[in-house]
Amino acid sequence: MSIQYKTISQLREMIDAKSISSQELVKETLKLAESLKELNCFVTMNKDEGIKKAIEVDGTNTSNSLLKGIPLAQKDLFCTEGLRTTCSSKILADFVPPYTATAVEKLENAGSITIGKTNMDEFAMGSSNETSFFGNVHNPWKKGYVPGGSSGGSAAAVAAGIIPAATGTDTGGSIRQPAAHCGITGIKPTYGRVSRWGMIAFASSLDQAGPLARSAEDCAILLNEMSGYDPKDTTCLNVENTNLLQSINQPIKGLKIGIVKEFNLGDLKAEVQIRFEESKKIYESLGAEFVEISLPSISASVPTYYSIAPAECSSNLSRFDGVRFGYRAKDTDDLNDLYIKSRSEGFGDEVKRRILIGTYALSAGYYDAYYKKAQQVRRLIKNDFEVAFRSIDLIMTPTSPGTAFAFGSKGVQNPVELYLEDLFTISSNLAGLPAISIPHGKVNGLPVGLQLIGNFLKEDLLLNAAHIFQQNSEFHLERPSMEEF
Amino acid sequence: MTWETVIGLETHVQLSTKTKLFSRASTTFGKSPNTNVNLIDCGLPGVLPSVNKEAFYKAIRFGMAVGSKINQTSIFDRKNYFYADLPKGYQITQMDLPIVLGGKIDIQTDSGIKTINITRAHLEEDAGKSIHDEFDGFSAIDLNRAGTPLLEIVSEPEISNAKEAVSYMKAMHQLVTFLDVSDGNMSQGSLRCDANVSIRKKGDSKLGTRTEIKNINSFKFIEKAINFEIKRQVQVLESGGNVIQETRLYDSYKDETRPMRSKEFANDYRYFPEPDLLPVVISDSEMQEIKDHFPELPKEKKARYQKEYGLAIYDAQIIASSKSMADFFDAAVQKTKNYILLSNWLIGEISAFLNKETIEINESKLSAENVAVLINRIDDQTISGKIAKSIFEEMCSSGESPDQIIETKGLKQITDDDSIEKVVDEVIANNPDQVEGYQSGKDKLLGFFVGQVMKETQGKANPQTVNKILKEKLTK
Repeated sequence: MSIQYKTISQLREMIDAKSISSQELVKETLKLAESLKELNCFVTMNKDEGIKKAIEVDGTNTSNSLLKGIPLAQKDLFCTEGLRTTCSSKILADFVPPYTATAVEKLENAGSITIGKTNMDEFAMGSSNETSFFGNVHNPWKKGYVPGGSSGGSAAAVAAGIIPAATGTDTGGSIRQPAAHCGITGIKPTYGRVSRWGMIAFASSLDQAGPLARSAEDCAILLNEMSGYDPKDTTCLNVENTNLLQSINQPIKGLKIGIVKEFNLGDLKAEVQIRFEESKKIYESLGAEFVEISLPSISASVPTYYSIAPAECSSNLSRFDGVRFGYRAKDTDDLNDLYIKSRSEGFGDEVKRRILIGTYALSAGYYDAYYKKAQQVRRLIKNDFEVAFRSIDLIMTPTSPGTAFAFGSKGVQNPVELYLEDLFTISSNLAGLPAISIPHGKVNGLPVGLQLIGNFLKEDLLLNAAHIFQQNSEFHLERPSMEEF
Repeated sequence: MTWETVIGLETHVQLSTKTKLFSRASTTFGKSPNTNVNLIDCGLPGVLPSVNKEAFYKAIRFGMAVGSKINQTSIFDRKNYFYADLPKGYQITQMDLPIVLGGKIDIQTDSGIKTINITRAHLEEDAGKSIHDEFDGFSAIDLNRAGTPLLEIVSEPEISNAKEAVSYMKAMHQLVTFLDVSDGNMSQGSLRCDANVSIRKKGDSKLGTRTEIKNINSFKFIEKAINFEIKRQVQVLESGGNVIQETRLYDSYKDETRPMRSKEFANDYRYFPEPDLLPVVISDSEMQEIKDHFPELPKEKKARYQKEYGLAIYDAQIIASSKSMADFFDAAVQKTKNYILLSNWLIGEISAFLNKETIEINESKLSAENVAVLINRIDDQTISGKIAKSIFEEMCSSGESPDQIIETKGLKQITDDDSIEKVVDEVIANNPDQVEGYQSGKDKLLGFFVGQVMKETQGKANPQTVNKILKEKLTK
């Protein structure tokens, strides 16, 4: 029996009916991953420990968690005790953490099995997974095309049906954009919903962990477990967890959805516009109502993001200095030389570029003009959303301006070209709001995503609206042919 | 030319919290290297800081004591620089919104009390320690100290000479120890300062170029370092040169300051708000709680000692000026009723001993209970004052209780008249010449007889009784 493309509920049924054990499931999954090695989704497999854990789980019948015995993969920036965690960087290529990230620990405590660590853009900096030290990840829909980024390995592994779901992180779109490019569902929760403890930081005030899966329902199952207050992360929200599955089936009649005037969707490719209009119709047929809204400061979100995120990253990445852990250059003259060589040799170009931008933005004489100004604009963007959500329930946009693209075709000459990939996703990170991307058809044979942005802590409504859409369409059921792999 | 000195001090006070500022690792001093270190302290990828509120309470206590404005919402910032013993590549500190703003400290000067204004005080984490001379060809790093909470207290440039600077630091030491903010142990680095020193022509309103002497950790060195630096700056200016704004180190072996390598301070620290921590908010009820449990300060202690125990103003002042002495007195006074004798001993015998050993009373083997017992034994005439002194010496060296020493050495005072009379009779019988001399008017010979009686009784006879009986018998 093939386990490829199975959802969590399907696997749950199989395990509960004893038609497969967790051990068999994990072994099959590892086999499948091995046969699809060419995709390059994984940086490290958790073979022996994964099987061991599965045997353990098979032996217990206490837990009735939906995730019990289900194989998952973790983005390679979640620290996993005893399992190499690289951030897809040379500087951490041999780093084995002595502790496990809270989000992963919660998933594992629910009985899920980590089968491996997924490829990503180096330190989550990129939108195409091309900055990984461990090589490009292929989009399962088309060989030689990017899966999006930075959670590209997670998205590709889910889209290829190797695993039902995986963790990702989203600083400016890193869950939603690869989900869109790979034709799957991915949600970035409200900032503070999921603990950042053990998640290697890119930009602390923007980073948020979330799941990627093949349906909104499976995302809800993972997010139910990942969420929750953690005293180890003081930015983690101390709010009650709502069971996201409880309200997922509610009718959405009367839902008010905002369309952002300033996004000028007319500038997008005709096919992308057509998909968007089609999806609007589906929602309208389900009783939703569309309203045009204005987010006056939204046009400043890309420059705002590219001042704040690099600034925080320039400081967050200072600890990778070759002194206590990670890559250390050989033959160095003194401490300064050790820093310079270790970091020059250990970091890739995009990471260096952002460290430089961030260092500049924080420097004496530039701080006010860049970092401080960006924080002020960030507040304006937050306010825009706050005002908008007084009269609407959700905001709808395309996830990304286009589809996946060929390796090396974007951002090589001009990195800003690639930064614009995040045009629609960045603002919800700046405002700390939850947002989801769901597949809504294809353009030139490649999937495109639809983004819904919710108000603060409204993950339940987001998943509800996404689930109802998926109950009334079949885009999320489409699978890549995988003939090329 | 007459020169005028302007000094501002930045005092680093290590707070006496059990755990570090952002982690639950212990702050105990003197553990073997890298044992008081957890994931957070060594800055592993993915770790996040959590605030130790106890450090805030201590900082607030300091602020309240010096009349500062307390920012009940304060934020942390990152100060970015690379150094091998700075694990994260940045120090978490407070820049724009420190916990304590303003305040005043009174110091003793030759011309009386002078008030020095406090600019601000902020919380920050300490760095680790680099060790360069223990491993051949390698530098080692000890992160035990990394993350230890510090309160950096910045004074206005209102200190006029090295002596005043020492006075200021002494006042600071007294304050932080009485407030239980810090153990104030300077040799362990719990209290240290950076001195900003500049000179200008007397009467000039513009400040001269300053230099900063880093990390001075004793009262003696503060005085010497500042005096050296003043002399150096005068020489530079009088020979037509310019003082360069720089950071200098004081070398106590050579008794001189010299510039640190420029690389170490030519930094743009790129401060920005720490995104891993939310603003720290202290509630009104927390503030009230701190006020309600405010430690007694020297002034109040002094007044209480005078009022409750009838101590003389001078004695009360001395005992109340040192935290360890006051704590000792407060404990001992629970176990004895002769407060005056206790205070006399503390100021006399005990202080002399501590000064000789250059230790604080809490570093000695003396316990408050034992000293109280000693006072009680003098008071109830079990021993004489003289015997007490020899018992005290024994207590200092062995830490044994006075009763134990009296018992084993048989030092109990002889107070009954009969026993003493017997000895007196013997002494009189054995010294007829002296008896004659005394009786013929040589009153001073009484001392000889007292001495003889004491010799016979190994000093245990009660001197008053001896005197009384001798006089009776000799004048018969």
